[in-house]
Amino acid sequence: MEFFRSTNIDWLSKKWYLLAFSLIFSIGGVLSMLFWHGIPKGVDFTGGTQVTVHFDTTPNEDHIRSAMDTAKVRDARIQRISGAAGASSSNVIISLPMSSAQDTQHDQGRAEVESALTANYHDSHFEVEQVDIVGPTAGKQLVSQAQLAVLYSLLGMLAYLWFRFELIYGVAAVAAVFHDTLITIGAFSLTNQEISLTVVAALLTLIGYSMNDTIVVFDRIRENLADNRREPLADVVNRAINQTLSRTVLTSGLTFLTVLCLYLFGGEVLHGFSFALVIGILIGTYSSIAVAAPMLVAYQNWRASKGKSASLPAAKPTAPRPTTR
Amino acid sequence: MGKNLTTKTWAILAILLVFLYGIFGIPHGGWKKSITDRIHLGLDLRGGTHLVLQVQVQEAIGSSTDRDMTALNTALAATGATATKLDPKVHPEVITINEPDSSKLSAVSTIVNDNAYASYEKQSNASGYTMTLTQAAQRDLADRTVETSIETIRQRIDSLGVSEPVIEKYGLGDNQILVQLPGVDDPARVENIIQSTAKLEIHEVVSGSPYPDAAQALTAVGGSLPPDEEIIMGSGSGAGPDQAWVLKRASIVEGTDFRGATAQQDENGRPDIGFTLTTEAGDRFYKYTDANKGTGSMAIVLENKVREVATIQSAIRDQGRITGGFSQQQADDLSLMLRTGSLPASIKYLETRTVGPSLGAASIHQGVMAAVAGLVAVLVFMLIYYKGAGINADLALLLNLVILLGFMGFTGATLTLPGIAGVILTIGMGVDSNVLIFERIREELRLGKTSAQAIQDGFDHAWKTIFDTHVTTIVSAGILFIFGTGPIKGFAVTLVFGLAANLFTAVFVSRVIFDYLLEKRGRTAPLSI
Repeated sequence: MEFFRSTNIDWLSKKWYLLAFSLIFSIGGVLSMLFWHGIPKGVDFTGGTQVTVHFDTTPNEDHIRSAMDTAKVRDARIQRISGAAGASSSNVIISLPMSSAQDTQHDQGRAEVESALTANYHDSHFEVEQVDIVGPTAGKQLVSQAQLAVLYSLLGMLAYLWFRFELIYGVAAVAAVFHDTLITIGAFSLTNQEISLTVVAALLTLIGYSMNDTIVVFDRIRENLADNRREPLADVVNRAINQTLSRTVLTSGLTFLTVLCLYLFGGEVLHGFSFALVIGILIGTYSSIAVAAPMLVAYQNWRASKGKSASLPAAKPTAPRPTTR
Repeated sequence: MGKNLTTKTWAILAILLVFLYGIFGIPHGGWKKSITDRIHLGLDLRGGTHLVLQVQVQEAIGSSTDRDMTALNTALAATGATATKLDPKVHPEVITINEPDSSKLSAVSTIVNDNAYASYEKQSNASGYTMTLTQAAQRDLADRTVETSIETIRQRIDSLGVSEPVIEKYGLGDNQILVQLPGVDDPARVENIIQSTAKLEIHEVVSGSPYPDAAQALTAVGGSLPPDEEIIMGSGSGAGPDQAWVLKRASIVEGTDFRGATAQQDENGRPDIGFTLTTEAGDRFYKYTDANKGTGSMAIVLENKVREVATIQSAIRDQGRITGGFSQQQADDLSLMLRTGSLPASIKYLETRTVGPSLGAASIHQGVMAAVAGLVAVLVFMLIYYKGAGINADLALLLNLVILLGFMGFTGATLTLPGIAGVILTIGMGVDSNVLIFERIREELRLGKTSAQAIQDGFDHAWKTIFDTHVTTIVSAGILFIFGTGPIKGFAVTLVFGLAANLFTAVFVSRVIFDYLLEKRGRTAPLSI
């Protein structure tokens, strides 16, 4: 079986459509981050208390809310979790913002929620399944750690690509990955889903994945450049994209399949994680073709316009050979 | 079969066996039990409590400099100089010495530069000296405080009978401790035991105490507290709850000086706690009580409240008793805490995460089901799309999983829910490697090459790309491992292991299978791909 035997699509001629597509999505996300939902940060980063409660029977959210109000639990946010495959479940997350007392009375929020629930649901059974309490220090620390982790891993990849290819390849790949992350975070903002530590892990996965995809195309460009130095770069790039298209679609399709399984059957705990990956795989695949590769051509055109050498710098030596011989 | 190929086949089988051992160990009590014994599940999967604590090392630094300040004041008495602390709350590491009489500065200098204060940086100024505990000494003290805290918490947790607890230093040098208690989903109980720092100290009472409240105590000492004294409120029956006591800041005996403690009952059948001191502390205690027999009184300060005040009637060496309105439960808990040593500094909670066992079980079930569903879909697809070569890919993928899980069994790495996601991603990248190779082989075949040549060139060309993609991802996963915590770290671990395994399976194992086919069916027989 074979899906794409020999495609011959002129990707670069469509760059303005692709650019428009990227811009619409990134700007939409950025606008939402700036003016609408902001970046919805979970309790991992804001600090506070989050109690996940399982009820025997599907509870009424208003009833829980009034229970919290009666017990004077401040600013409680009630959120029903959608279960496997979107079915509504009888699990509810009750989140409290960080209180100034939390420094000394770490546990207070949980105790308040539990006693409010006991007072109102003593006859119908409920079970506290998960409690996350993040203090102010930890929240700040987790934010800065997550940011550092992302920053350093981007720098690490940039350095590696610089070493293995050329600086412009690294810059283009990192730009594409940045584009993907921006759009994915934008999707979280637009749908107002909270970003937790697990979602950060997913964003990092997406970065790795998108980078992977980009490198496959770049590698082919480098190889084609070595074969034929006279061919215009735009043609080389187009050919490389078409040559790897079959692989790109297959791999992305299969990865998307596994991630979709995770999204549909992985349960509530993995919901944010798999949502990020579902979006990320799609956008990551797209960006390696529509963002990273055209940047190489744009860079070369820019160099040519400034009267410098028109060709991309010569390819670097190949990787050490595998030990299969 | 060629000799080379035979060796490779045996090598692969040996690796398979080794990593199967990593997953299952020597089989006992069913394969499920074997697996769960070897592969450590994270708390998100098995349920339990995850705590991040911060040791308030400033307190330990403060009490260390308090002791030095007291000693300095004794030594400086003849010179008329006094050692004080400007702000013990913000800068517990700084002692200042005021010498009003400049003619005695050299005498002060001799004392200050004594070996006993070698861990201070000294700066002389017009009116005396500023002594600051050096950064190195502070770091050292902080490290020791954290270590002692870990040891103490470990002993206490052990007495709770939690199996496989994790108690270790956490983060990058912020004096934090990670405590993980599998299966314990009642963190209130755990926090109670840990948080009760049972900071027990015995201080000398400054005569005149107690006062009805803190304000009056302050007035009585002349409006401002001398640097070596502090006001502590009373609590319990021994010392009225609202009374304010003026005590010497430096303790005579502190938590780490206790060797043993037992809950017992006094002559009236009321619970109290008998304690014994270490030899060194016993000597110190004897010297002090002997010198102050009949004149002084001592306050037993528990958790920063005066529990009891006793007049020193006779010299005591190493045994004593704390009475004062305990319930039997309190006396039991307290003696446990004293026995296991009191914490050198109090502890602040930064993070508490509790996962109930039922949610853990549901998560693992769902996570594994999703992983299996994804895997099966991929395996079936590869067979349909690549026919015969699909078998290579499928075997390589399965071996990849065996190696990945085996790694985790050998290294004791923890499998978390994001880790399972990492496994799924490894499957994705494993598929990618195979697809890259197979697509390349198809291209070469299209150019009219023989099967053997197409396989050779296909692997050679794809290898460069596979190498680059894997190394890039491993680089970023490595960085995540270093800087990440919790779920991010668990994810990074599985990803690194998985990708390393994939380099081996997708490139080496799949190649051996192809070579085997070529050998069996001839180097030019058409490939099923």
